Amino acid sequence: MSGYLTVGALLVVGIALIAGAGALNSMLSPSRGGGGGGLTTYESGVDPVGEGWAQSQIRYYVYAFLYVVLAVEAVFLFPWATIFGDPGFGTTALVEMGVFVGLLALVLLYVWRKRVLIWT
Amino acid sequence: MSNLAAESPTLADFGTDVWWIIVIKVVGIFALLVALTLFAILFERKVVGRMQQRIGPNRVGPRGGLQSLADGLKLAFKEDIMPALADKPIYFLAPVIAAVPAFLAFSVIPIGPIVSIFGERTPLQLTDLPVGVLIVLACSAMGVYGIVLAGWASGSTYPLLGSLRSAAQMISYEIAMGLSIVAVFLYAGTMSTSGIVEAQESGSEVSAFGLNFDGPGWYAVVLPVSFIIYCIAVVGETNRAPFDLPEAESELVGGFHTEYSSLKFALFYLAEYINMVTVSALAATLFLGGWRAPWPISIWDGANSGWWPVLWFIGKVILGLFVFTWLRATLPRMRYDQFMRFGWKVLVPVALLWILVVATMRVLSREYDFNAGDIALYVGIPVLVLVMAVVWLWPDKAPDPTVKEGVPPTTRGAFPTPPLDLVVPPSPPLIKRDAVAAGKRGGGKRA
Repeated sequence: MSGYLTVGALLVVGIALIAGAGALNSMLSPSRGGGGGGLTTYESGVDPVGEGWAQSQIRYYVYAFLYVVLAVEAVFLFPWATIFGDPGFGTTALVEMGVFVGLLALVLLYVWRKRVLIWT
Repeated sequence: MSNLAAESPTLADFGTDVWWIIVIKVVGIFALLVALTLFAILFERKVVGRMQQRIGPNRVGPRGGLQSLADGLKLAFKEDIMPALADKPIYFLAPVIAAVPAFLAFSVIPIGPIVSIFGERTPLQLTDLPVGVLIVLACSAMGVYGIVLAGWASGSTYPLLGSLRSAAQMISYEIAMGLSIVAVFLYAGTMSTSGIVEAQESGSEVSAFGLNFDGPGWYAVVLPVSFIIYCIAVVGETNRAPFDLPEAESELVGGFHTEYSSLKFALFYLAEYINMVTVSALAATLFLGGWRAPWPISIWDGANSGWWPVLWFIGKVILGLFVFTWLRATLPRMRYDQFMRFGWKVLVPVALLWILVVATMRVLSREYDFNAGDIALYVGIPVLVLVMAVVWLWPDKAPDPTVKEGVPPTTRGAFPTPPLDLVVPPSPPLIKRDAVAAGKRGGGKRA
């Protein structure tokens, strides 16, 4: 537990350091209030047209699913790999994980065949 | 040898430090990271300069040595612009979210063995956890929130596109990175970073061609495929060339940080370089023996005790930084579709297959008394030869026609403008209208 507390201490120090740097920066840097269009969106010197928001295709949800499937797979692989060398784990553990990985490889194969993994 | 073994920390050695040792270590980590960042920026510019046959920065300080420090100070004096369209709280938070996890990841990186600081014996590592490596993975995943939120909160087209690309890049390459590390856990039997370094101390005895010798302990040698996948994946993970699509300046102005200035921009810059240092340090820890001395030096008995290992560790990190710089100086940026295709169709399947191959080898050598060296010889080499033969003998795909070849030939040769004798097919509504008109003229045949 104290290990996590130490990581937390580093987190607090990091935030404090950045806050300090921010305070210093706000004292040192000039503030002109962005007159003359300084606060408009930057588009290489051209007046911006419209804004950044636009409708996009719903098909991107497939990648989110795919990510969840494979990320969860990785999460299950970590503990399995860690204890795999212990006595009592052998062929059975290997075959079980082979089935699991094979099933998820099937997912990848399916989306591949469904031509989802195509970017243009 | 027993002396050396006593030097390497185990999980039980952590969490027993007195508070001032922890303070020293925290300050030390920040000092090391900032120093390495300043060094990395200068080092990169110098090395890229040499590779492009120029000198690189040479004005500030001796041989330009203070250039990155001067750049950092300059940024603190720059006006901090808050764009009118920005979502203010998130615009403000995003650089913090990018920078803090970058620091945090270093808390579990082992820098050296147990040393004595003012009479206190303590490992040269802030802390270690049973899930040490997962902390680093979690931090690298958190850092992307900073990038995605920065692009979203800027209220501008190019940063938004850059941050969306970054999200896609993360999704593809984080999986490959996570899967590449699984084989290391398989061999080390632990996820704690100090444990993984200790597991690489010496390799198992290998017998090949009737000879017995100590195999290499480094996982970069034992698990070459994992090492290669890890190296490729972290380049994508840190948004570095040739995978720097989120900030492709020829397409997206500056990418996700286009609207950022002053200290906030400096934080993104800092985060990028600290991430480079962190993934290099993790590569050294997982694959290159951590703080242990490489072979010719390790013959010297004192190489792995005291403060010397810090030197070997920093050397390995700088080697990683050099590879990053080398890639940037020599490879062109990949196209988005090439990049995604490579991640999903090559890295992820290969990583999955490799995990199963490694696990099968482990079981075979343990339960069925196969020798790992024999398997590598009698199965690995034929498979390698087969794969190489297939790669070489596979018929080349006919090259895609260029844009010029794809355009039908015209007498005028008017590419790239539409040729003057261009015949446009009539549009379907016009055909219908003309047909109706013709029908009316031809005798009023009504449907």
